[in-house]
Amino acid sequence: MIPLSWYLILSAALFSIGLYGVLARKNAIAILMGVELMLNAVNINLVAFWRYLDLKTVAGQAFALMVFAVAAAEVAVGLALIISVYRRRKTVAADELDLMKW
Amino acid sequence: MTLEQVLFLVFAVVTLGSALMVVTEHKMIRAALWLILALFGVAALYVLLNVGFFAVMQVVVYIGAIAILFIFAAMLTRKSMEDIGPQVNSGWPAAALIGALVFVSLAWMFSRWSSFAVLPPALADDTPALQQLGVALVSPDAYVIPFEIASVLLVAAMVGALYAAWGKNE
Repeated sequence: MIPLSWYLILSAALFSIGLYGVLARKNAIAILMGVELMLNAVNINLVAFWRYLDLKTVAGQAFALMVFAVAAAEVAVGLALIISVYRRRKTVAADELDLMKW
Repeated sequence: MTLEQVLFLVFAVVTLGSALMVVTEHKMIRAALWLILALFGVAALYVLLNVGFFAVMQVVVYIGAIAILFIFAAMLTRKSMEDIGPQVNSGWPAAALIGALVFVSLAWMFSRWSSFAVLPPALADDTPALQQLGVALVSPDAYVIPFEIASVLLVAAMVGALYAAWGKNE
């Protein structure tokens, strides 16, 4: 029997690692990878809450499926933008893409 | 310690360790491969949570599609940073501090919650099966609106991705 706390701590750690990746990495692709880790942490939490506290309904599973769809859409658009930027500017470093900075 | 707990700890160490490698690895291709391992760890956790369907979805959607997209993008943009020099920006200690603070505050918040250490209820016969999830996703009383919006979002993302990455003559 695994207590719920183990899953909560695990997903909090995974979320924090993803957050660090988003904030610290230079490469825009690596930033998207950090976002993926954060979305996975959220999904673990949703499914764990369903399993431990809300077994009678399917709400947790349904919302976890929505997160899957949103993650797929986010990565498709994000990577397309990165490739488009790379084609024009020959860089994927997030701090060099400062055209709209004032 | 039961076998279940040992398995959980193994998968947790694999997931967190490879997630750490994802955010620290210099070469993007290697980071993408570590990401695949982290996603496999999460899939194994889904199995421990008695949702085998999500484990399959994780392998099909995340590893089969998203991780492959990452590998493609890493290969298509390799020449720019050439994986040398610092891969983190100058504010990385602040980023690490923020990550640690978020972890500590999340853990503190969870630990004050009354259901923090609750044990899982036994799976009963009336536990919603996969079939009920499918029915709920298309039933007007349940989640048909979010489901349809998610499909519209996917179509919009597909069109948008095609438009953004289309090779124009410049």
